[in-house]
Amino acid sequence: MSTTPHGSIIAKILQDDIKKLANEGERGDGRAFDEYRKIKITTGYVEKAEGSALVELGSTRVLAGVKVEVGTPFPDTPDEGVLSVVAELLPLASETFEPGPPNENSISLARFVDRGIRESKAIDLKQLCLERGKKVYLVMIDIYVLDHSGDLMDASALAALAALNTTKYPIYKMVDGQPVKTEERKTLLIREYPISTTHAILDDKLLLDPSIEEERATGTFISFIFLEDERICAVQKNGLATITEGMLFDALRISSEKSKELRKLLFPRGDVGGQG
Amino acid sequence: MLSKLIDENGIRTDGRKLDELRPVKMEVGILKNANGSAYFEQGKCKILAAVYGPHEAHPRHLALPDRAIIRCRYHMAPFSVTERKNPAPSRREIELSKVIREALEPLVMCELFPRTMIDIFIEILTADGGTRCAGLTAASLALADAGIPLRGLVSACAAGKVDGKIVLDLNDKEDKEGDADVPVAFIPQMNVFSLLQMDGLMTAEDYKSALSIALQGCRKLYEMQIEALKKKYLETKVEENNQ
Repeated sequence: MSTTPHGSIIAKILQDDIKKLANEGERGDGRAFDEYRKIKITTGYVEKAEGSALVELGSTRVLAGVKVEVGTPFPDTPDEGVLSVVAELLPLASETFEPGPPNENSISLARFVDRGIRESKAIDLKQLCLERGKKVYLVMIDIYVLDHSGDLMDASALAALAALNTTKYPIYKMVDGQPVKTEERKTLLIREYPISTTHAILDDKLLLDPSIEEERATGTFISFIFLEDERICAVQKNGLATITEGMLFDALRISSEKSKELRKLLFPRGDVGGQG
Repeated sequence: MLSKLIDENGIRTDGRKLDELRPVKMEVGILKNANGSAYFEQGKCKILAAVYGPHEAHPRHLALPDRAIIRCRYHMAPFSVTERKNPAPSRREIELSKVIREALEPLVMCELFPRTMIDIFIEILTADGGTRCAGLTAASLALADAGIPLRGLVSACAAGKVDGKIVLDLNDKEDKEGDADVPVAFIPQMNVFSLLQMDGLMTAEDYKSALSIALQGCRKLYEMQIEALKKKYLETKVEENNQ
């Protein structure tokens, strides 16, 4: 069951202020409408994980960890490894998050990140098969939202990708039909760098990488995930309001450009942590 | 690449042209207890939607002082798919319940019913691709049937890319084996989109084509929704007048 959320409390005066500023072509933190906050990625943040990355997007902080284990494949894909993405909106990250099992917001966040990695075929699941129909590698990505200051979609997608990009997993050998862990480790090959870009929709304005105040003032978002060859692999509108075709196409165009910039900046080919 | 979902004449596995909707059947007001209900068939998809409310919000702490809240459940019957589906809500159903609710919220004049709750239940009896859109179209009819003041109707329809071609209203096979799926919900009266999703791989140009063909589908469905509502309410009125 999905219920109308109670929404985050935002002072009317602040909401009006954000709208007024936007009408004058400005944002509260001085950014341009199509400007990201400062992005910092720290890889190898968690030693016990096979891959990990802490992403700071302004003061939004998201930690992603990758664990790789061996398990059974799905019956319809007997020769493919299994990819899973789970997101936790930790209660310590925002006054609006409650402890408990994953809710619709964490599920839709995880499914969006999952779609980006899966549909782009960023990792080759066929390479992760040990014995067809019996044993495959399970790549489990857990997204931990530590501090929610807006734009969790982009920060989470980035954290998951950066964590995968530095993943080194133990190699298993099949001995008498059983998987046995060896001392050897292998770098997970990343074939694509799918980049998510999100705009908040504020009346007739599009705000890239919304801050928490902007999120609370608008409540409606449009996200795209682009590949290097400019193809799209995921689209998602979130929130209570609607979007016109004109604004959708504007967001599409800006997202296409911005994802290219981000990819170049964050994942320059041949010069990346685990892939170098 | 050998084409298998579309033949050399541009005909799809179920005999449709690229921009053709599956056969559609809509009926309004078919459940006795619900305040509003609708039955919707699209190809092999069979869907029931019901609306209860506005009624007192319970648990009460969910109520909002300035508007009605909407509660929405998208649910697939265990027998609706080839392999029995566990009746417990899956992650997919939880996400779809959310995006469907968000697609219906801009429609309903919630501000007229403060502190109340409107329940929307969508049951997929048979699934064959495109159920989130079909469920939305049905739910929108059920809301209208419940007499809840609306700003318009939501008409929803998917387009996608199959064998390198942009096609309207994917069936299950096309959804699973095709390149991309673009579900879209449109509110004709407001000229806006209320649901936009996409998964698969396509260029921005393909995406725009898919969106435009989906829009045509939505407009056709909208005409049929209006007919379905007229059929129930105009006929009822004529009967009343004859008595």
